[in-house]
Amino acid sequence: MGMTIGEKIIARAAGVEEVKPNDIHTVTLDRMMSNDGTTHLTVDMYHNQLKHPHIADKDKVVFIMDHNVPAENPKTAEAHKKMRNFAKENGIKLYEGQGVCHQIMMEDYVCPGELIFGADSHTTTYGALGAFGTGVGCTDFLYAMTTGTSWVMVPETIRFNLHGKLREGVYARDLILTIIGDIGANGANYKIMEFAGDGAHGLSIDERIVLCNLTVEAGAKAGIVDPDEKVVEYCKQHGREAVHMYHSDEDATFAAVYEYDLDKIEPVVVRPDFVDNFATLREVKEEKIAIDQAFVGSCNNGRLCDLRAAAEVVKGKKIADTVRFLVAPASKDVYIQALEEGIITTLMEAGAMIMNANCSVCWGSCQGVIGENEVLISTGTRNFKGRSGHPSSKVYMASAATVAASAVAGYITGAADIQ
Amino acid sequence: MEQFTGKVWVLGDDIDTDIIIPTEYLALPTVEDMKQYGFSPLRPELASQISEGDIIVAGKNFGCGSSREQAPEIIKALKVKCVIAKSYARIFFRNSINNGLLLIENSDIQDVVKEGDEITVRLGESIEHQGKSYKIGSLPQNLMDIINAGGLVKAMQKRNGLL
Repeated sequence: MGMTIGEKIIARAAGVEEVKPNDIHTVTLDRMMSNDGTTHLTVDMYHNQLKHPHIADKDKVVFIMDHNVPAENPKTAEAHKKMRNFAKENGIKLYEGQGVCHQIMMEDYVCPGELIFGADSHTTTYGALGAFGTGVGCTDFLYAMTTGTSWVMVPETIRFNLHGKLREGVYARDLILTIIGDIGANGANYKIMEFAGDGAHGLSIDERIVLCNLTVEAGAKAGIVDPDEKVVEYCKQHGREAVHMYHSDEDATFAAVYEYDLDKIEPVVVRPDFVDNFATLREVKEEKIAIDQAFVGSCNNGRLCDLRAAAEVVKGKKIADTVRFLVAPASKDVYIQALEEGIITTLMEAGAMIMNANCSVCWGSCQGVIGENEVLISTGTRNFKGRSGHPSSKVYMASAATVAASAVAGYITGAADIQ
Repeated sequence: MEQFTGKVWVLGDDIDTDIIIPTEYLALPTVEDMKQYGFSPLRPELASQISEGDIIVAGKNFGCGSSREQAPEIIKALKVKCVIAKSYARIFFRNSINNGLLLIENSDIQDVVKEGDEITVRLGESIEHQGKSYKIGSLPQNLMDIINAGGLVKAMQKRNGLL
């Protein structure tokens, strides 16, 4: 029986020849990541509930502060202190203010074929390098950190065959929001979304991150792009070796197979309050929806290509005086590269506020929170009711180019419409 | 076979974790401090109306969104007996088991119950509502053991002292 990429990764982690969907296996994890959203809870449980507190392998554990960085109130500062002290006492690598956790994991750790648990739903990101990343809660994380293992039920795999190329002005963000709109917010619940075909391989690693990162918004347990030479190259550039390059077998079984022609994808604007509330920019821009704030950043869309796209749109223009335009690079490295390329200058000259590398507006409690009835257009990961502030506020989701164009216009519109 | 009766609160599809507990309250020191804000973006008064033993009935994809474990913890802290939904998002499902919150799947009951109705749950068998019976499945025994122990950490302590 052939296996899919995800099945092969689980088989390796379980130390068995073959797995099939719905089997339950005990697996050895390659890596575990926790951020300041919940690490303090894990630390409390570690100290208060375990009879034999210990860490199986500290070198496999990574702590990253990114959700409320720098701390915005004394309670957060206490939670950070707890996390910082625990990392120090136990020799765990800690990142603070270096960027969004998933971007740091991509830059410094992820290798193809690995099975990684992260105490964050967007851990699906790591599939961009052919790894199996999945989000867990802090109790599962505690168990994993203490034993080095966990259990997984093998999910079924849905295959997305991507063909051709995205047209100019259309981004990976538009593609994944289209797919989620098609299959729905639970369309891949407990399944792996696997992307393959010439269209998938034509995407850069940064674009693949955008796809895999948002698969959880369709309910997926993991999102994985069939790894190729670009993965090998990315690992090499970051000082790592790509060892376990898994591909789905010819006779692997898929729960469903979808075909997408990338050249048919058009710019998307997702309406509030659900990620599958799909609409095309073409439709939405007719409504001239006024915005109060625009945001480019997050683990989904805060990389160099996204900042570059935003800068190209606003170059030589001014942000509407009714709009706050906030930009948060996804990591320190992204920030430095954006500085070197002049992207930050362009954005600032147009009127953008540049934030430190963190989850920022997308997390809705650290900075750039929106008030009653305010409207935000965002490259963040979610548009749930109250996600970025007051329960009556509204979040629209779009690509960095569309967000930037809307910031200039003062209402939701496309880059081609503000020239 | 265990059975219990409770009053239902009815919610819709895609009840996400930001609705169950909004981000701004996650910094509060304990779940007890947070629980009054449960479901507040959708229904600010709901948390204060829920009584011990009540049952939440919802549509599809309950608990979608973030991995924040405070979501099932809040529901448990409100002393909700169980959640019955058409389906659950996977991280929430796992977090609920790990915190000893009972989840039941049923695709029909949400369409027929009205808020305030009483239903009787016969675990692993059926939901009884106004003389009609709706079949439910049962979770695998190993998951039920975790729920009955009060969550994953307690279950592991009971089983082998591993933790």
